[in-house]
Amino acid sequence: MSGNYFLYLGTAALWTVGLSLMAMVGGGLLGFCIALLRVSPVKPFAWAAIAYIQVVQGIPLLVLLFISYFGFSIAGFNPSPLVTVVIAFSVYSAAYLGEIWRGSIQSVSKTQWEASSCLGFPRHLQLRQIILPQAVRIATPPTVGFMVQLVKNTSLASVVGFIELARAGQILNNTLFQPFTVFIFVALIYFCLCFPLSYVSKKLESSYVANR
Amino acid sequence: MNYIFEFSDALAAWPRLLEGLIYTAKLTVASIALGFFLGTFAAIVRHQKIPVLNSVVSVYVEVIRNTPFLVQAFLVFFGLSTLGLRLSAEFCAVLALTLNAGAYTCEIMRAGLDSVHRGQIEAAEAMGMTRPAIYWNILLLPATERVYPALTSQFVLVMLSSSITSQISAEELTGVANIIQSETFRSFEVYLIIGVIYLALSFAFRFAFWAIGLVIFPRKRLLGTSL
Repeated sequence: MSGNYFLYLGTAALWTVGLSLMAMVGGGLLGFCIALLRVSPVKPFAWAAIAYIQVVQGIPLLVLLFISYFGFSIAGFNPSPLVTVVIAFSVYSAAYLGEIWRGSIQSVSKTQWEASSCLGFPRHLQLRQIILPQAVRIATPPTVGFMVQLVKNTSLASVVGFIELARAGQILNNTLFQPFTVFIFVALIYFCLCFPLSYVSKKLESSYVANR
Repeated sequence: MNYIFEFSDALAAWPRLLEGLIYTAKLTVASIALGFFLGTFAAIVRHQKIPVLNSVVSVYVEVIRNTPFLVQAFLVFFGLSTLGLRLSAEFCAVLALTLNAGAYTCEIMRAGLDSVHRGQIEAAEAMGMTRPAIYWNILLLPATERVYPALTSQFVLVMLSSSITSQISAEELTGVANIIQSETFRSFEVYLIIGVIYLALSFAFRFAFWAIGLVIFPRKRLLGTSL
């Protein structure tokens, strides 16, 4: 493999990073709404959030990508592959992040809710000033852990023609016919992206357990 | 939007979808079973801190957990064939899924084994239990019981990621759907149908694991009670 090939894979790796960041932002916003709906005292809201989480977590991401890809075109839109892929990944990560954050919010002690309502906090202030700041600390390690999943799963964007790291590896392999070299190198780049995140997640988790 | 939904073409292919479904189920069950044994063995190695094997297992687990399954599948399928091994897509799919499931199972089982209190093992030794009996009754069974919920959600994820093996030409549900949509051009309908099938399958798997859990762990315990 010569320098040009490395450059090609490097550029593709930047797309993997970009795609992960966009999906994280999109999925984070949507997932936050899902988590809030899920802990809502209004039952139908909570049920809607449960249904969303169950459905999205029960369908393979690959199939979600296909549905989003073909769904947009039959709805008469013709968005770029980037838009379809980012939307599919946002929908997917919202379900997982929503569930993670739901757990974090609910693991804040119930007495915190009771004490703040005794002090006359309305619900939105209770959430914003009492519950969420505590939930964020609990939520950080699993959220970083989920980012590892997200970076790895962006490899599936290759199936709808989006050129990121895995797709670039396939293209390169089609010209070089050296699958072992190419894919080990691709795997190595993924490892370099994911391992620091896994490490941080593990460290955060153990420091959280130690401080509890 | 003036698209007319037409499910009949896709539904007419139901015998092939059924075949794909059975393929997916077989693939998943085989990989879960093999991956569970591999992962449990790896977890024991890490728990016992067996000198060289321990580092081998820890590298294996970190590599698998930090690279995408798609790339692992490509490496197994295309990589092994360049080494001169002629392997079927089916075999490669099971191999890749097993390696993947094994790494995650190892981490889960290790957490379970670590959660067994030392005093339990010392008590068993004091009662004169043999080494294998201690391992089976005091370590493995209670550890598995404790991490069973985490294991089952990991196993459902294995089922979902089996769809990725369609990319190495395994003819499981998604692979069959790819073929049907290229024949009928009813892509959206086909993928919507298999989406529903996958959803039903993941509920079926969760129900099955819950039922299996009732059979193999008959003692009822409150969550969080110590072993």
